[in-house]
Amino acid sequence: MFGNLLDFDTALDDFLRLQREIGSSLSGWPVRSIRSVARGSFPAINVGSTDDGVHIYVFAPGLDTEKLDVSIQNNLLTVVGERPTPQLETSEKAGYHMRERYGGSFRRVLTLPDDVDPEQVEAKYSDGVLQIAVSRRQSAKPRQITVK
Amino acid sequence: MSDIEKVSGEEQKEVQTQSDSGLTLLPAVDIHEDPSGITLHADMPGVNRERLNVQVDADSLLIEGDVELAMPKSMQALYADVRATRFRRSFTLSSELDTEAVEANLKDGVLTLRLPKKVAHQPRKIQVQSV
Repeated sequence: MFGNLLDFDTALDDFLRLQREIGSSLSGWPVRSIRSVARGSFPAINVGSTDDGVHIYVFAPGLDTEKLDVSIQNNLLTVVGERPTPQLETSEKAGYHMRERYGGSFRRVLTLPDDVDPEQVEAKYSDGVLQIAVSRRQSAKPRQITVK
Repeated sequence: MSDIEKVSGEEQKEVQTQSDSGLTLLPAVDIHEDPSGITLHADMPGVNRERLNVQVDADSLLIEGDVELAMPKSMQALYADVRATRFRRSFTLSSELDTEAVEANLKDGVLTLRLPKKVAHQPRKIQVQSV
């Protein structure tokens, strides 16, 4: 009777192992941050890192830029915004066949690496992508050391 | 029963997206119909007008676009929800739509398409006579 349950366990383990491997291939970013959201949540976010800083890409098309708020406290980046969706008529003569697009307000909090400088942040919104660049602290950047 | 069907349908969609992964993303769409035509909104963040392609022929509609982002060369991914750079989705159309008169508009990564119905297919009020 318990045989099946045990089998189920291994299948689940395999799945988790796979998920871990996929996660770790992204240069060791923890698979599950305490602030991570379910896949497919709005907006989709990519984060990349260079020696000079951290670059965040928030894929949020059709935002109301008036209501977009980006703030940073130490290494915690918060993006709050609202996406209006056109409300087209629904009646006996008209209606939606498909509604997949997200509408309403959203809030995402990202943990950035510890060495970012919250004083040096730039953000711009174009083609529906919010790009945020946060510099790293000078002391944290790799330096070339001359050997005497 | 209907629940099971729904789940397998979603899985199919997932598999389809994954088999193309590295190549294409399925843009989220809203499709609305009123008596004079169909309006489609599609989310295609990062796509600009030069990189958008909307193709309409007699019985199909294809929307595709490449995501173009200015990225520093030496960047390493720390976290990625979006793992492809091309949006692509197609729909079959029906004959009452006037494919010659399709209008497209792209703003802030949202594509809006208006597919009007041929005049002959717009609803006419039929008088019911009482005998």
